[in-house]
Amino acid sequence: MNTYRMHLMLCAGTGCVSNGSYRIKAALERELARRNLEEEVAVVTTGCNGFCAQGPVMTVQPEGIFYQLLTEEDIPELVEEHFLKGRPVTRLMFTPPAEEAPVPKMSDIGFFRKQRLISLRNRGLIDPEKIEDYIGRGGYRALAKALTAMTSEDIIQEIKKSGLRGRGGAGFPTGLKWELTARQAGDGKFIVCNGDEGDPGAFMDRSIVESDPHSVLEGMVVGAKAIGASHGFVYIRQEYPLALERLNVALGQARDYGLLGTDILGTGLDFDISVHRGAGAFVCGEETSLIGSLEGRPPEPRIRPPFPAESGVWGRPTCINNVETWATVPAIINRGAEWFSQIGTETSKGTKVFSLVGKVKNTGLVEVPMGITLREMVYDIGGGIQGDKSFKAVQTGGPSGGCIPASLLDLPIDYERLTEAGSIMGSGGMIVMDEETCMVDLARYFLEFLRDESCGKCTACREGVDVMYQIVADICAGKGREEDIPLLEELGHAVRDGSMCALGGTAPNPVLSTLRYFRDEYEAHIKDRRCPAGVCKALITFRIDPEKCKGCLLCGRDCPQEAITGERRKPQTIDQEKCIKCGACKDVCKFEAVTVQ
Amino acid sequence: MSKLRPEDLDRIAERMKRVMALREGTGRVRITVHMGTCGIAAGARTIVTTLLRCVDESALQDVIISTSGCAGLCSREPMMTVELAGEAPVQYVDLTEDKVKRIFTEHVVSGRPVAEYALAAGSERTL
Repeated sequence: MNTYRMHLMLCAGTGCVSNGSYRIKAALERELARRNLEEEVAVVTTGCNGFCAQGPVMTVQPEGIFYQLLTEEDIPELVEEHFLKGRPVTRLMFTPPAEEAPVPKMSDIGFFRKQRLISLRNRGLIDPEKIEDYIGRGGYRALAKALTAMTSEDIIQEIKKSGLRGRGGAGFPTGLKWELTARQAGDGKFIVCNGDEGDPGAFMDRSIVESDPHSVLEGMVVGAKAIGASHGFVYIRQEYPLALERLNVALGQARDYGLLGTDILGTGLDFDISVHRGAGAFVCGEETSLIGSLEGRPPEPRIRPPFPAESGVWGRPTCINNVETWATVPAIINRGAEWFSQIGTETSKGTKVFSLVGKVKNTGLVEVPMGITLREMVYDIGGGIQGDKSFKAVQTGGPSGGCIPASLLDLPIDYERLTEAGSIMGSGGMIVMDEETCMVDLARYFLEFLRDESCGKCTACREGVDVMYQIVADICAGKGREEDIPLLEELGHAVRDGSMCALGGTAPNPVLSTLRYFRDEYEAHIKDRRCPAGVCKALITFRIDPEKCKGCLLCGRDCPQEAITGERRKPQTIDQEKCIKCGACKDVCKFEAVTVQ
Repeated sequence: MSKLRPEDLDRIAERMKRVMALREGTGRVRITVHMGTCGIAAGARTIVTTLLRCVDESALQDVIISTSGCAGLCSREPMMTVELAGEAPVQYVDLTEDKVKRIFTEHVVSGRPVAEYALAAGSERTL
């Protein structure tokens, strides 16, 4: 094997690929060849590094120098200066918000510093399409240990002791789920990897599969031995082409190497995995719907019990775990339950992957120990709010999660605390909102999503969510009535109690949590016919402040309705009859003369 | 590819050790070749190639070869600094292929610095 002196770990996750990382790769290879460096410097494509907002990103090893926002034009300079002459290029490094000097090393950047990687342990360090890279990082050792030195009971006890809970949302203890399935009589049991990540803005599972598919496969084979399953399914969204491709490459390699199929590692275990592509219904993340979809039926939840552990795919005992849960299993087997259970809080052990998005300066994918506070997430990792506006709330758990206000910023993140605060852990979506977000409008947005995604089986969810949506939409449209607030609360509780699955069970969360923490905003909409955040069009008026307006005429030029009139160098006025409240005048004004009320 | 046995995993991991040490930045030995314009003109590229060949031919898995800019002593190029974990770095000057091979065998492999090629021990003081 050729020895290189430098590895360029170029991110090829979906985010960076769409920002052109394959073009960067070609440019690097071209330039390295021109400088005769192709035998000294290797270009390695890795999975998602997490810092998607700064993509395409690249880490130069062994020095750990982090480059970001790369373009093809930067490459000749980078190759000559850094890779040939050993002088890192400062202008391509990351400069944290509010600081002036760029930070050369990845390990010194705030976004990365507070993270602790367990399920993403190999991100940025391996080429996800090379099984040797995974094995080089200790991969498949947990499998060898589980298959040669542990009984099924040992494995289950180890997972139980670790305190690992389902990372897909509900937080059910993983070891217990395995035990319940293992106890069922008979063979022909199944295990399923749930990769139906339907929350808008969430990409934890996609990134794990893209950056380290073997970690998921290894976890599943360990699970197969513990549970006594003969076949596994990975249920993954059709909308994840790169993840699908890398998963299939990994499956092929694992079969070639005898890590899947018959007589795995020569130990007599037979187990294989097939891939099932989901067609994109949000409800398929619910396990009984997912089973329906796997079997070729419409994805409708059914009553539990019987739980999938007793009767799952085609009536066989089935254990369903999320992508992140499976990827965590090998780390626990390798390093032991005790190590894992020392990380996290009393009830929630280990780490959790979050997609941190919204109005923070640093957005991306982060893995942090349970118990980290929301403040650390927003300010230390996220770098604070964009444009130095003020923080308003963070929405966790996807569409059926809830909003947590600024007064709870010091809340440690774990399953119980989030539930107490009226939200959920969910699969790990985290949307940060600033003062310009209207909480009523936000509730309307999520209700609209859930109304569309309700499968329609339960009346409470089908009709209840729809009626809640109509009421909230009316409030946003300035047609709210005082009795709407108690009605929404009553409906919310009815939908929660009357729905069979978690979709309906959690659908009222966006409304109930915003009513709990931001009731004054609902009241302002209803009683004062006013949207405090200046978002709901029916309740706002754009005006031009004659004191501030310089009469530059920019707003009039951009107004699509020709609603702004006035002479040059004199204050302009907006014709309210014509104004459609698009906000173009406010965006273009350099003097902050356009006000919203 | 034949089917793996548990012990084969160790074999593959051993083979990958050099690659992973580089990516994780964890090496016992770090050799820095100074690659300013002066260094390159004096033959630093050959020094790097020779070092990489030495690593390839040795059984060592934990040697990191990196480059840096001009060290300021242009008349004594090519130069390199050899740093063993826990020991003071040693700067070598006026290098040739043969000198590099000897330094590799004696200092990097056996841990005995080659005093006659060395300029000084220690790094320059920085802020």
